[in-house]
Amino acid sequence: MKINGVQKQCPANLTVSAMLEQEGYAREGVAVELNMEIVTKDAYDTTVIKEDDVIEVVSFMGGG
Amino acid sequence: MKQDVFMLGGQEFSSRFILGSGKYNVELIQAAVEQAGAQIITLAVRRANSAGEGNILDYIPQGVTLLPNTSGARNAQEAVRIARLSRELGCGNFVKVEIMRDTKYLLPDNTETVRATEILTKEGFVVLPYMYPDLNTARDLVDAGAAAVMPLAAPIGSNKGLATREFIQILIDEIDLPVIVDAGIGRPSQACEVMEMGAAAVMANTAIATAGNTPQMALAFKKAIEAGREAYLSGLGRVRERGGEASSPLTGFLRD
Amino acid sequence: MQSDKREQVNHMEYMEGMEQIESDILDKVIEAHSQYQAESYTAQDVQMALQHDNRTIEDFAALLSPAAEPFLEEMAEKAKQETEKHFGNSVYLFTPIYISNYCENYCIYCGFNCHNRIHRMKLNTEEIEKEMAAIAGSGLEEILILTGESRAKSDVKYIGEACKIARKYFRMVGIEVYPMNSDEYAYLQKCGADYVTVFQETYDSDRYETLHLAGYKRVFPYRFHAQERALRGGMRGVAFAALLGLSDFRQDAFATGLHAYYIQRKYPYAEISFSCPRLRPIVTMEKVVEPLGGKEVSERELMQIMCAYRLFMPFAGMTISTRERADFRNHVIGVAATKISAGVSTGIGSHSDEVQEQGDNQFEIADSRDVDEVTRAIRRQGLQPVMNDYVYV
Repeated sequence: MKINGVQKQCPANLTVSAMLEQEGYAREGVAVELNMEIVTKDAYDTTVIKEDDVIEVVSFMGGG
Repeated sequence: MKQDVFMLGGQEFSSRFILGSGKYNVELIQAAVEQAGAQIITLAVRRANSAGEGNILDYIPQGVTLLPNTSGARNAQEAVRIARLSRELGCGNFVKVEIMRDTKYLLPDNTETVRATEILTKEGFVVLPYMYPDLNTARDLVDAGAAAVMPLAAPIGSNKGLATREFIQILIDEIDLPVIVDAGIGRPSQACEVMEMGAAAVMANTAIATAGNTPQMALAFKKAIEAGREAYLSGLGRVRERGGEASSPLTGFLRD
Repeated sequence: MQSDKREQVNHMEYMEGMEQIESDILDKVIEAHSQYQAESYTAQDVQMALQHDNRTIEDFAALLSPAAEPFLEEMAEKAKQETEKHFGNSVYLFTPIYISNYCENYCIYCGFNCHNRIHRMKLNTEEIEKEMAAIAGSGLEEILILTGESRAKSDVKYIGEACKIARKYFRMVGIEVYPMNSDEYAYLQKCGADYVTVFQETYDSDRYETLHLAGYKRVFPYRFHAQERALRGGMRGVAFAALLGLSDFRQDAFATGLHAYYIQRKYPYAEISFSCPRLRPIVTMEKVVEPLGGKEVSERELMQIMCAYRLFMPFAGMTISTRERADFRNHVIGVAATKISAGVSTGIGSHSDEVQEQGDNQFEIADSRDVDEVTRAIRRQGLQPVMNDYVYV
């Protein structure tokens, strides 16, 4: 799998929740996109990441 | 005096100063927002840094409306994608559409901006498109359902002031949406001037971020924007053009 | 007043067959018309209005108010600058052609109304062609086709035939006929019509009701939306007017300006123009209109209205009627007016010698100069007579 452009090993049955925890992202401050589709927060525990998935994790930062 | 309310996307605001949060330390944000009296603050959406990084939202006072932008988008599709992510971040429906496919001058792409606005308004967003001040585009944005238009005063970050004055005036005169002047305003006096012209609000970031004292400059902008608004509402006094009264060369022929 | 056997219908309700369009312009204009307090403006409001580069609705209101009367010369100066800015030295020439004077409406102030025993006639296509050929022979390139408002006697097809003939002889064709549906305007546009003129007569809908007792024309909103339907039908331009004197002329002029203003904002590509007719003659005024609350408009007041239109909408065309005397017309071109008619007859079939029978006039004209005379007068004002500047592509 690829997270924010970086290739990573994908353990079996990795949920989005587990991925966020494993990568050190605070669940509250981020939004997650799986293969260009948004994963809503209520689906974090049930959405399982597959080997070839592309994941984006975004948050707010300063901007004009 | 009647209370001067700024209506935007169905919400009432009393401040007409939209503050950017880029290019300065997050720890200054709270002081800047307070000094600016700002009720709307812009944010960008970026790939999250893992671990340790503080959440910028923790530094923004309660009650301030968040206005995420789509900076980084090079076309309508990307802007729509960023807008959807920003809504997923949980901060309401406001979005500033900002699409650039030019990295040198960072000028907005009006055509793509109209396309993105059409899509996003259908999805329920309150869309504030950043644009080059072109009347035809502004009309298209009205038709696309924009909640305001945000024409640039000068290239973004340039602090060059009102380079597009004439064209912004045309938008103010012709468009029935709030005109929020964005980008290029470098000094409080320039912010004051656009408010005198009848702009609904001013958005500024770089001018404040690059000042010697950020919160103090935020305060200066606040005062300038308020002064300009007051002047606009009061009706600017006339400049005496000539002394004597003319005879009637153009109307002397009239019979009563 | 004649008794009309037809039932007096509600003048705000559409009749069968009348197209209804979605538009908020009528409500906005009627609201502004009724709210307009001409007496509330001050000299200072007028001075501010004069100074603005781009004038607001409030500025326009001030310029039409009695407070602006002492500033008429200054208004004319500013108006002249605006006219020069947008039209240079050009003054456009055209002539109207009346092809039918049958009318189904009972408008109590009009010479053509259905109860007046005038000589009625309509030109057939051959006669139209002869008349148009004669007019084109004078050098004119723009024509305005007029009919009395009778769908029965001059149907859309008939007007369409007139437009097709006009297209052969002229480069610009206007129509001033009864209001119609947008598909009918689209048909006439294909036949060759470029612009549509409809006078609302008065924007005071209560007064309108007392003046238009019977016929299609009685329906106020259908008439009001005519310009919008014409633009939806593909017309290039639309013209607006109140017949000044029928009601409070300041309110009516204010509403006319706003009507044009809102149409321009909604249809930015439309070419907008104004006509500025005063109700004439005096007899009609005294006997018919004044008892109902109308009031004659003076030349000074007419000049003020024309300058206010110009200052509010600097880019709009403005036509000066032959209801006005020659000297007045000579002086308002270049200052406010941009278009002037020449060689005018408001009767039927009077342009060529070959049309034998002639129908009666709609109103008396005060300036009967022909094209050469008007052309010379334009030149004497330092202006340039222009027959047409539009090229079809």
